[in-house]
Amino acid sequence: MIDASRSAKAGMGRRINTIMQTCFFAISGVLPREEAIAQIKKAIEKTYGKKGAELVRMNFEAVDQTLPTSTRSRSRPRRPHARAPPVVPAKAPDFVQHVTAMMLAGKGDVLPVSAFPIDGTWPTATTQWEKRNIAIEIPVWDEKLCIQCNKCAMVCPHAAIRAKVYEPALLATAPATYKSIDYRAPEFKGMKYTIQVAPEDCTGCNLCAVVCPAKDKGNPRHKALDMTPQVPLREAERENFKFFLDLPEPDRTKLKIDVKGSQFLQPLFEFSGACAGCGETPYIKLATQLFGDRMLIANATGCSSIYGGNLPTTPYTVNRDGRGPAWANSLFEDNAEFGLGMRLALDKQGEHAAELVKELGGLIGDELVSGILTADQGTEQGIAHQRERVVALKARLAGVDGLPARRLLDIADYLVKKSLWIIGGDGWAYDIGYGGLDHVLAMGRNVNILVLDTEVYSNTGGQASKSTPIGAVAKFAMAGKSSGKKDLAMMAIAYGNVYVAKIAFGAKDAQTVKAFQEAESYDGPSLILAYSHCIAHGYDLSLGLEQQKLAADSGYWPLFRWDPRRLAEGLPGLVLDSSAPKVDVGKFMANETRFRMLDKTNPERAKMLLDLERHEVATRWAIYENLARGADPIAAVAAAQTTPKAN
Amino acid sequence: MDLSTTYLGLKLPHPIMPGASPMVDKIDLVKRMEDAGAAAIVMHSLFEEQLMREELATYHHIDVHADSFAEAMTYLPRPDEFNLGPDQYLEQLVRIKQSVELPVIASLNGFTSGGWIRYAKLMQDAGANAIELNVYYLATKADETGDEVEQRTIDILKAVKQAVSIPVAIKLSPFFSSMANMAKRLDDAGADGLVLFNRFYQPDIDVESLEVEPTLRLSDSSELNLRLRWLAVVSGHVRASLAVSGGVHTHLDAVKAVMTGAHAVQVVSGILQQGPDVIRRIREGMTQWLEEHEYDSLEQMRGSMNLLRCPDASMFERANYIRILQGYKV
Repeated sequence: MIDASRSAKAGMGRRINTIMQTCFFAISGVLPREEAIAQIKKAIEKTYGKKGAELVRMNFEAVDQTLPTSTRSRSRPRRPHARAPPVVPAKAPDFVQHVTAMMLAGKGDVLPVSAFPIDGTWPTATTQWEKRNIAIEIPVWDEKLCIQCNKCAMVCPHAAIRAKVYEPALLATAPATYKSIDYRAPEFKGMKYTIQVAPEDCTGCNLCAVVCPAKDKGNPRHKALDMTPQVPLREAERENFKFFLDLPEPDRTKLKIDVKGSQFLQPLFEFSGACAGCGETPYIKLATQLFGDRMLIANATGCSSIYGGNLPTTPYTVNRDGRGPAWANSLFEDNAEFGLGMRLALDKQGEHAAELVKELGGLIGDELVSGILTADQGTEQGIAHQRERVVALKARLAGVDGLPARRLLDIADYLVKKSLWIIGGDGWAYDIGYGGLDHVLAMGRNVNILVLDTEVYSNTGGQASKSTPIGAVAKFAMAGKSSGKKDLAMMAIAYGNVYVAKIAFGAKDAQTVKAFQEAESYDGPSLILAYSHCIAHGYDLSLGLEQQKLAADSGYWPLFRWDPRRLAEGLPGLVLDSSAPKVDVGKFMANETRFRMLDKTNPERAKMLLDLERHEVATRWAIYENLARGADPIAAVAAAQTTPKAN
Repeated sequence: MDLSTTYLGLKLPHPIMPGASPMVDKIDLVKRMEDAGAAAIVMHSLFEEQLMREELATYHHIDVHADSFAEAMTYLPRPDEFNLGPDQYLEQLVRIKQSVELPVIASLNGFTSGGWIRYAKLMQDAGANAIELNVYYLATKADETGDEVEQRTIDILKAVKQAVSIPVAIKLSPFFSSMANMAKRLDDAGADGLVLFNRFYQPDIDVESLEVEPTLRLSDSSELNLRLRWLAVVSGHVRASLAVSGGVHTHLDAVKAVMTGAHAVQVVSGILQQGPDVIRRIREGMTQWLEEHEYDSLEQMRGSMNLLRCPDASMFERANYIRILQGYKV
């Protein structure tokens, strides 16, 4: 037996490929052992070359240490009666049992075409059946230390740590190790509170433990969340999570929606296959918490389409009422238009339903008709009331003959306000889908556009996009990009009637929540540019939140919201949510391999580009500051005319 | 006035030189130090951690996610050729050698006997006139004895000495239970020079965030006394040449250091605070002071106040402690 991750820990981090490769060749016999080992070592030398003498040595050592023990792993399992658990539990839905499970088991090719949905629509809410158990360590909650801020749930990329408030009486049937404590805030006085981890869905990324602000005063290394080996906790926490899920969700209409309140809302995007520590998924998760029960998503191709809708399982899920996001993926080049089409369809269906309500007024009753047609759906309460009216409407239409009634019954749900989201990465929004994005912004329709900005084509392996900043090394920009990041925010602001927000949840989570609410409530196009830390930046993602703070503090990623509604009130359209740059942008850049790499290959150029980026930061800030004062932004550009030129 | 001295076998016109610091990263600053009359240039340390971890970390961050998703093989480009910290250090060493006429002492910092020691040879090949080996070690393990710490220090010195033919100085911390014995053992092991002492950067505590925070406080003259005492103790017992490091800010500080036995006087904080010209001021101040006090040369003064020659050695010893404690009246 080989504990590859333990062997790899000494210097090679999580990378176990050398060790696993050696095991494979030692056991499989596809090559004579000596030859295989010689080839592996040759490959190691080729990979790390002359700059990696120490790495070569460590990898050689790993190979040599793996060898003597790996042959013994052929011995028979000690527990002859042990059986692998079923791929999915028996209570999973029929489709998951018969189709998804087959694919999870690697037997997808055996499925006949007839097993697939005939219209190509795949059921959502299926990642919950795929227990990957990939975390080596998971967070353990110390309820006495916890200050109940819910930040852990906010930053979790996989919705694998959650918060709930509930009636104390419900604890009667709680499992023995289930933890809870009195809820501290006044709004749910007398209720109990729990932070619960999903042990088999957590990826062990550490973000929750890093963001946790509650330290033990006697032993500050201990926080309200400590990462702890998963295996000994798995069984008990699985039961605890199950119990937690079965507890009722809080009443949406009674929650104050800020960072803390938003995390009591059920995430309708969970357990995706995104990287551990992903910087994109917390935004999507938050959007589904806020609007997921009436959300439609047009998703561009990219990371978000891969973790969002890849087979065999779907992370978008449904609440107890069966409501959840409807999701579809379009091509890279036309996703904005795809989303606009969805908007037009929604509007038309709603319009037609309203016409039918009027037409059938006599049957429905004046009060209900006017209630439906004049409903204020600007709040959770308003939406809840409209849903009740639609239920009443459907009850009155049930059994009524005639085409209009039957048609209205079909589309009555469109009378409830829907939330249309167009989601994609910077490769889509800045580059390949930009023409369409611009067109959709110009159309003035009520669409919400979320750009998960990693500043590089992440999914395809780190190619430069027009969002890639000065000085960053990426594929197709090996010498370090010399042109500045395209200011998509300013381009959208130029339209005047587009809501624009630049956000970074690790820097200011309250602004993130606010921006989502404002964007959604704005009856027109909204664009959210969301800073997303990414594996393609080349640093340990458990430090992602710290990096986001540095990004905002250095002016690299200034936070702001531009709201056309403010213009109508005679106020400047722009509100700055981060302070003037107070840290050198070089400090932010020095933490990431994408920037540091250039310093190693071409230090002179790295320095020249760093100076350019410093200039860029100062100029951009001056522009936004002028906008926030209601002054002419161009004056700021003119004031900074000493731009050094890149070669 | 003849201020000439011999440090690590290098014949120098006077003992004042910049100590190890990041100042050498800027060639124009190095030139200014030459213009101010520095006797030699001491480069900052190339750290064992830099040598080992930078290599590991650079590859780690490029490779850690490679082959982890079906969509892409890698997420960062991998350049064919790149420089790590050590390469840049050696390149800077070459540049300094090309830009100034002064002897250059390269510095290596580590505390395990690992592959990093080969960089001593690379420093020699790049033109270093001597090496300052900085053994900055904090003995924090409860099961590690003082003997082990001392033996390892000596082993590392021997390993470096074996790797190079240029002189090697060793920069020590003051935390040895028998400094005199340690100095003698290092001398016996072939140290060409001893640098007293390393300054340990003491972290501070942020009581609000409950975090340990790094601090960097520049030295002042009050730190000199510790060095003077041990220079006085060690000088006269060792063949190795001696350098003082930490707390020299004025010409009188330098005079005291030489009187207790220093062959070289390293200045860092003073230059950081007042610029390279402080080297000239200290040298001129020394010259003037020696002339006023009618010394023939600096050599005449060297070691005059060490333990063997000073009128009352007890002042450096335990008796001083008793007298001061008892003499303090409240």
